[in-house]
Amino acid sequence: MKSFWKAVSHQRNAMFGLAIVGVFILMAVFAPVLAPYNPTEQNLEFALQGPSAEHWLGTDSFGQDVYSRMLYGARLALGIGFASVALGLLGGLIIGLSAGLLGGRVEWALMRLVDAILAFPEIILAIAFVAVLGMGTDKVVYALAISFVGPFARIVRSDVLQVKARPFIEAARLMGVSPFRIIVRHLLPNVLSSLMVQAGIRISTAILLESGLSFFGIGVVPPTPDWGLIIAEGRGFITMAPWISGFPGVALALLLIGLTLLGDGLRDAFDPRSGGH
Amino acid sequence: MLNGQSGPLLSLQDFTLRRGPHAVLDAVTLTLDPGRTLGLLGESGAGKSTLAMALIGLLRPPEVELFGSMVFAGTELVGLPEAQYRALRGNRIGLVFQDATASLDPCFTVGQQICEPLKRHLGLGSREAAARAIELLTQVGIPDARSRLNAYPHQLSGGMQQRVMISIALACNPQLLIADEPTSALDVTIQAQIMELILLQVRASGSSAIFVLHDLALAAQVCDDIAVLYAGQVVEAGPATAVLGTPKHPYTIGLRSCVVELDSELLKPLVGSVPSLNEMPDGCHFCTRCPHAIPRCFKERPPLIAYQGRAVACWLIADLPTSAAVPTPAPISAPTPVGAGAP
Amino acid sequence: MLMNAALIKLLQTLLVLLIVSVVAFFFLKMAPGDPVMLLLGSEYSPQAYARLMHELGLDQPVTVQYLHWLGRFVQGDWGISYVTRDNIFKQAVLQALPVTLSLATLSLLMALTLGIPAGLLAALFRGRWVDGLVSSLSVLGSAFPSFYLGIILIWVFGVELGWFPTMGFVRPWDDFWDGLYHLALPAITLAVYYTGLIAITTRSSLIEVLNQPFIAAVRARGEPMVRVVGVHAMRNVMMPLVTVIGLQLGGLLRGAVMTEVVFAVPGLGQMITTAVLSREYGVVQAGVMLTALFFVMVNLVVDQTYRFLDPRLRAR
Repeated sequence: MKSFWKAVSHQRNAMFGLAIVGVFILMAVFAPVLAPYNPTEQNLEFALQGPSAEHWLGTDSFGQDVYSRMLYGARLALGIGFASVALGLLGGLIIGLSAGLLGGRVEWALMRLVDAILAFPEIILAIAFVAVLGMGTDKVVYALAISFVGPFARIVRSDVLQVKARPFIEAARLMGVSPFRIIVRHLLPNVLSSLMVQAGIRISTAILLESGLSFFGIGVVPPTPDWGLIIAEGRGFITMAPWISGFPGVALALLLIGLTLLGDGLRDAFDPRSGGH
Repeated sequence: MLNGQSGPLLSLQDFTLRRGPHAVLDAVTLTLDPGRTLGLLGESGAGKSTLAMALIGLLRPPEVELFGSMVFAGTELVGLPEAQYRALRGNRIGLVFQDATASLDPCFTVGQQICEPLKRHLGLGSREAAARAIELLTQVGIPDARSRLNAYPHQLSGGMQQRVMISIALACNPQLLIADEPTSALDVTIQAQIMELILLQVRASGSSAIFVLHDLALAAQVCDDIAVLYAGQVVEAGPATAVLGTPKHPYTIGLRSCVVELDSELLKPLVGSVPSLNEMPDGCHFCTRCPHAIPRCFKERPPLIAYQGRAVACWLIADLPTSAAVPTPAPISAPTPVGAGAP
Repeated sequence: MLMNAALIKLLQTLLVLLIVSVVAFFFLKMAPGDPVMLLLGSEYSPQAYARLMHELGLDQPVTVQYLHWLGRFVQGDWGISYVTRDNIFKQAVLQALPVTLSLATLSLLMALTLGIPAGLLAALFRGRWVDGLVSSLSVLGSAFPSFYLGIILIWVFGVELGWFPTMGFVRPWDDFWDGLYHLALPAITLAVYYTGLIAITTRSSLIEVLNQPFIAAVRARGEPMVRVVGVHAMRNVMMPLVTVIGLQLGGLLRGAVMTEVVFAVPGLGQMITTAVLSREYGVVQAGVMLTALFFVMVNLVVDQTYRFLDPRLRAR
């Protein structure tokens, strides 16, 4: 853990990114405390008002407080981001481990399946799954998770194959260590480190996708305080009430930039050759 | 191609190269006459490759600072404008790199790479350049040169790649060929062939050559003159027979005794290692490992003076034993870094 | 030799496409809603239902349905859209696809023209302000959400300044200049993302390449820096650049979809999202299959381009 920190802290950009992400995490965690209003509380007589003392970032067309919605939006974005990546990671681990360890036909079949999943661009896959599963926060998480399983499965499998071939695994098997122990104590730790970096990078993709889906109207359902959704809602009022789309958009952009910086920093610290996001 | 020059082809006078606060090359003085081969000997980190790169002008301000003088065929290289230096590189000074595999552009054919200097310096057209390239490849011993022109570097073996490198360096008939460890990356069986090839080409054209080497035996066979470098300083220089046959400087003596003789003399390794740039002593850089060091060695740099047919830089010259009685290194407790080598 | 490797790759690709088609088919099966009901609309009756179901072949076993569907699909019979009552194939391939392609191509061209020189400058002046500026802007561009950027650009350049049209689309093949005029803002929005990506990759690849020994060797022959960087270095940068573009194809498409929706450009992205909203699963399926097909094709092309770009990969 300490060497992890050391590697990352040397990257100035990564630290900057970490700071930004940290702020948003705080926003998300303390949203209930920080938000002056209930994010879905409507006050129609105060609709479409600009930033003021009562409403720091103004109100939207339903009289909802933009600032409160922005804070809760952070919670939603990070929540969906982490959850979908975590689920995708789990799925990828299961498939990748099975493929790498069992080999033979199982591996071949699983990998063809993964190839098929990877044949779809992520956004199309996400849209398709939302179409099938329906809309809503949890459905979005599942849809995104499924589209992440592919890349993770590939990475896990190739890592497993690499580690499997290493002499110390052979040695452990010869000593009679149970396969389960080998997997958990020796295989997994080696596989997990590069996986974590990939997972970190994917979180920004997840957030971008989910806010995009919500923006299109096929993501979370109103009145959930989702940045993408708010931007879409505020779009019609862009000239008379630019603050509705403006502020959440800035928040989204900032969070994504922070995550990108952090992700790049992590990647450079641990695997400088992997290139690309 | 002797062009009736009197005087040395290359002459370095107190040439110093600084990287930041450190003098990687410290007041190097040597000369190379036309038609002779010079070997630069020393351990890793002695500055041999640095000198080679500086000679061809790939190491210049602003990355490093240059002091002193480097005169090649009447032209002062220190401070030479880049445009003029470019006219020399690949044209009148050729450089053969150590690792041929890494030194050839993988995306261009062998032919394209050989023709580059031919077109640029000799102004040959495509067809003439190709014809000349075939000649050159054949000269360096590559069979079926015509079809090899269209080969990519990775399609050739290590030995072939080095031959290609040599032909590129010799393409425009340079007056000076610099070869930086030309055979270190090759199989032992090929090393001799390549070395022989380079020597042949050099002798045939009458050009001079500088070989950067760490192998004494090789140097003895191949070079007319030797300059021994230690931590950026020339410690001994002169004809090979003198320097290697009867070395006078403690370092050269030590180097020689490291070579395992066939009549089973025991290996006598030199104690210690080259000091880091931060800990370099003020005086003679070898003082920390020298079995005969006196206080003066630590503070004052000994000048290169002529002695018994070569130049040596050592305060104890007068008292040094000959190689007939190889001195056993006096037991030294861990070499004390002389912190006076301050930035 | 080369043909064999390509052939194997092609077969593998076909296999993947087959699996993709199965997935796409079953996706439609899983979609909520009853297509028979939808088609009947108000003309529902149990007999009509049974009859239509038989007509549509929905009373057959699933595998048979799949094969029929696949057969029709390959021949270009993708069904009829409930909403437009129009041939889906015509809608997707003949109308939507070219639009998306023209948007993507224009953006990519802009991005390459701006991004590669930017990355080059950043690499050559590494550590100085040029590098800092290019790197920062590139990270900004590649991370900034496209749909938000689109909204901002529409507001600033379309509404406030009035330099560009905010809505409406004219096909470039109908009226070239007017079409280009309408494509400008969306293309710029998308190009921002691509440019960031290309600049970052060009920069880091160039830095890596310039550190290689062969660059010093080329300089040692007396070649001027212009040629060292412009010819030798850049030639070696092409491959990592293509690799990254290949890896980022998903992202490129994502950006295109988002941009289309914001600017109401009638491309594939717009088509699919509208179809999901109106529960037009036939169209969604067609769109999904089409994009997958395209994606796989482009990946294949990119793969073959590697071989062309890096002589070491031209297998013996």
